[in-house]
Amino acid sequence: MSTMAEPAKDEAKDQKALSAGARQERRLGWLLCAPAVIVMLAVTAYPICYAVYLSLQRYDLRFPDRAEFIGLSNYGAVLTSPFWWDAFWVTLFLTVVSVTVELVLGMGLALVMHRTLFARGTVRTAVLIPYGIVTVVAAFSWQYAWTPELGYLAGLLPSGEAPLTEQWPALWLIILAEVWKTTPFMALLLLAGLALVPEETLRAAMVDGATPWQRFTKVMLPLMKPAILVALLFRTLDAFRIFDNIYVLTAGAHGTGSLSILGYDNLFTALNLGIGSAISVLIFICVGIIAFTFVKLFGAAAPGAEVKR
Amino acid sequence: MAAAGRSHATRWGVVNVVVVLYALFPVWWIVALSFKTPSTLTDGSYIPTDWTWENYKGIFQTSEFTRALINSIGIALIATVIAVILGTMAAYAVARLRFPGKQLLIGMSLLIAMFPPISLVSPLFNIERSIGIFDTWPGLIIPYMTFSLPLAIYTLSAFFREIPWDLEKAAKVDGATPAQAFRLVIVPLAAPGVFTTAILVFIFCWNDFLFAISLTSTESARTVPAAIAFFTGSSQFQQPTGSIAAAAVVITVPIIIFVLLFQRRIVAGLTSGAVKG
Amino acid sequence: MAEIVLEGVTKRYPDGSLAVRDVDLEIADGEFVILVGPSGCGKSTTLNMIAGLEDITEGTLRIGGQVVNDLAPKERDVAMVFQSYALYPHMSVRENMGFPLRLAKVDKATIDRKVEEAARVLDLVEFLDRKPANLSGGQRQRVAMGRAIVRDPKAFLMDEPLSNLDAKLRVQMRTQISRIQRRLGTTTVYVTHDQTEAMTLGDRVVVMRQGLVQQVGTPAELYDMPRNLFVAGFIGSPAMNFVQASLTPDTLRTPLGDLPLDDRMRRELERRDAPREVIVGLRPEAFEDASLARDTGGPAVTVTVDVLESLGSDAYVHFSAEGGPVSTAELEELASDSGLADTGAGGNQQIVARLDAATRAREGQPIELRVDLGKAHVFDPSNGTNLTHPES
Repeated sequence: MSTMAEPAKDEAKDQKALSAGARQERRLGWLLCAPAVIVMLAVTAYPICYAVYLSLQRYDLRFPDRAEFIGLSNYGAVLTSPFWWDAFWVTLFLTVVSVTVELVLGMGLALVMHRTLFARGTVRTAVLIPYGIVTVVAAFSWQYAWTPELGYLAGLLPSGEAPLTEQWPALWLIILAEVWKTTPFMALLLLAGLALVPEETLRAAMVDGATPWQRFTKVMLPLMKPAILVALLFRTLDAFRIFDNIYVLTAGAHGTGSLSILGYDNLFTALNLGIGSAISVLIFICVGIIAFTFVKLFGAAAPGAEVKR
Repeated sequence: MAAAGRSHATRWGVVNVVVVLYALFPVWWIVALSFKTPSTLTDGSYIPTDWTWENYKGIFQTSEFTRALINSIGIALIATVIAVILGTMAAYAVARLRFPGKQLLIGMSLLIAMFPPISLVSPLFNIERSIGIFDTWPGLIIPYMTFSLPLAIYTLSAFFREIPWDLEKAAKVDGATPAQAFRLVIVPLAAPGVFTTAILVFIFCWNDFLFAISLTSTESARTVPAAIAFFTGSSQFQQPTGSIAAAAVVITVPIIIFVLLFQRRIVAGLTSGAVKG
Repeated sequence: MAEIVLEGVTKRYPDGSLAVRDVDLEIADGEFVILVGPSGCGKSTTLNMIAGLEDITEGTLRIGGQVVNDLAPKERDVAMVFQSYALYPHMSVRENMGFPLRLAKVDKATIDRKVEEAARVLDLVEFLDRKPANLSGGQRQRVAMGRAIVRDPKAFLMDEPLSNLDAKLRVQMRTQISRIQRRLGTTTVYVTHDQTEAMTLGDRVVVMRQGLVQQVGTPAELYDMPRNLFVAGFIGSPAMNFVQASLTPDTLRTPLGDLPLDDRMRRELERRDAPREVIVGLRPEAFEDASLARDTGGPAVTVTVDVLESLGSDAYVHFSAEGGPVSTAELEELASDSGLADTGAGGNQQIVARLDAATRAREGQPIELRVDLGKAHVFDPSNGTNLTHPES
């Protein structure tokens, strides 16, 4: 109000004095973030640019001297190859099915952990084990379980069947392994979302005459939406890069290879760095599209996008 | 009422048992395998009929495994320490300071959290070979700490935001210098969050497989998950099942211990960053 | 022990907004001064500047005769009690209370003795080895007090220390704070938004609004002689009633009826060249049931009772006056601060009168009320000045 009347000289002086403090804070902020930023840029941004560069070359690791620039030919080769599209559809199938199943199971598990009256600690500890266990270890356990002559689960099947050597059974087993390993993580994220639903709101709904199902769909789910979307986003991107389970269970044989497996094979089996890099870049673009779709379409509040104060 | 309560309890009891079985069955199966003798390996029973430590003795006699175990522990620990230090600095800035570019930092770490590691494998493979850190500890430590930095920054900034910063003021009025306020008040309060984050990051590094098989070629830096995948039987005709099972159990033990001891903290750490955002 | 002097103290934030403007205040040694006002009025900022937690943009602050503008909090030797108590959760009660002494490198035995002594005063002896998490709200509050008194500082600074307590406990603690302060005789600056606390605790009260000091005075002065509309509306519960009025040479025409001016008012209004349209302020106790009135002097008005609240000792009678509610920037700010703006009571101006419990007022029935003009105030609507205040 009275600021208008004050001499402009004072104003300028204070501005300077005060922005000194702000400048100091800013400098400290940058200084503290710098190491993390430098590391992240050096290890991701630079290599991805390098991958783009490599993908534009004919580059066979056996003949590194013959590397030459060939423009987008590698991308043409990849995108017209049935291997890419087979792997793409397999990956998409695995992602959609396993994330869907995880969401349903995870919600169930979250409700159990939220509501259970006793042994809550035990349940939570048990659930954390699949999360913490090394994926490769779990994958071996599943592999042995389904190996004829060896496993307890294979024994349940008609003799002579080896599910991991046929495409569809193998795909479902990969999903099973993936779901077992990651449902707990989904459940924990959803559990945290459940904690955001006030008990009183549920009571109010009960008094208003909502059935348990209505309370779940009309009250809980809408309130949990942000947590669900974040969990879905994370899990979808995670499932899309599935590698460990497939590598151990089938090594990508019998039409079960995902995009990550394809990229790995091109690099370390075919030793073709150019094609392998093109695949890497294409996967990166796919992930970008998924993330973008989630954020735009579903308005998933990107976690941490807005710092609450 | 009482009867209803009891049946209620029974139902939850059943549900809980199902959940626990679901979570533990594959784990138990591999533990059982690891204690079986070669002759009973294929009997498919859940409990070994013939208990033996042979598989464990076997793997600890090969450098293939012991070296890998040392690599795993060393690489995961070093990557964790560095990631937590860098993450703590960045998270403090994110939670406490105002500065332009903060959103950029958050966006960038989010991007990296979503990054497909396979996209980095081919360029890193080439870069590491050319600068000579391929198949060395730093060759794995660097990507591990990079990919765990977003996790560290999220979790830690969520913890830091919970600290009542009024206490810093109180300490100053109580006569503390800024350094004393930090050391005597803020550090003791931040320590649990830092510790939790360290556990999560360690689990993350311990778990990795893709980088471990792509960026190593010999025993010198290969970690246990990768080493297991390359196990061969002691003879050409023998499957390495028993050794793999034993090795798998060995690297599962630390995880189980963490989970048992710090269950509550791990849950808090995993969920705090993700939901409050 | 020390006096605290503020001279032209101003706080401007980096975005240019003024939180505190040109505050002049002398707090005598041992005095208990309250800073009160609605949220955002600058009272907490002022306290933080005294504590050294915020920089002073302009002006001088002296504690015990020494200019402390540039001294760190630790060099000012003041103790502070926070609204959130700010107890260190990882320390026991004993360690919390001893922390300032430990930082001052006082020897262990002295710390123990002083902590025990403070704990006895505050009735905390049995809780000394507990962590704050295991204490009730009232106990935590006392620990925060204890941490302040063990140091024997030059001044206590308290930032809404009771606002997290429930109503009953708040009244008890209020008395206890008052007792401790009197016993120790330490200069105290106390911030609150609760005018009841301000009236009951302080030797002097400073009312602030939008960073400016509105009035400084003893509780009685503020109540009986508010300098402006804001202070008049802020101090007192139930609040002062305001009605619009037109001024004629010897009458105030109000929606309640015509009120003849007495000599005192006529003199003050003439002296100040009052405008024609004014706002009249009447405290609830300025009304009296005419049938119970001891003397028959003074004007009377007849109103219809809307609501009657019997409190046993008194009876509150609510009625409405013709014409819309009085509205000025000050009153709107007060209403939004107290939440009254949200009650949905629009339409006519609501008036409250405090009557003797023996009144025969009945809801829906008319009643004759006598108005004590000696307790009436006349305000200038354009700037809120109290035109009947003897000094302003």
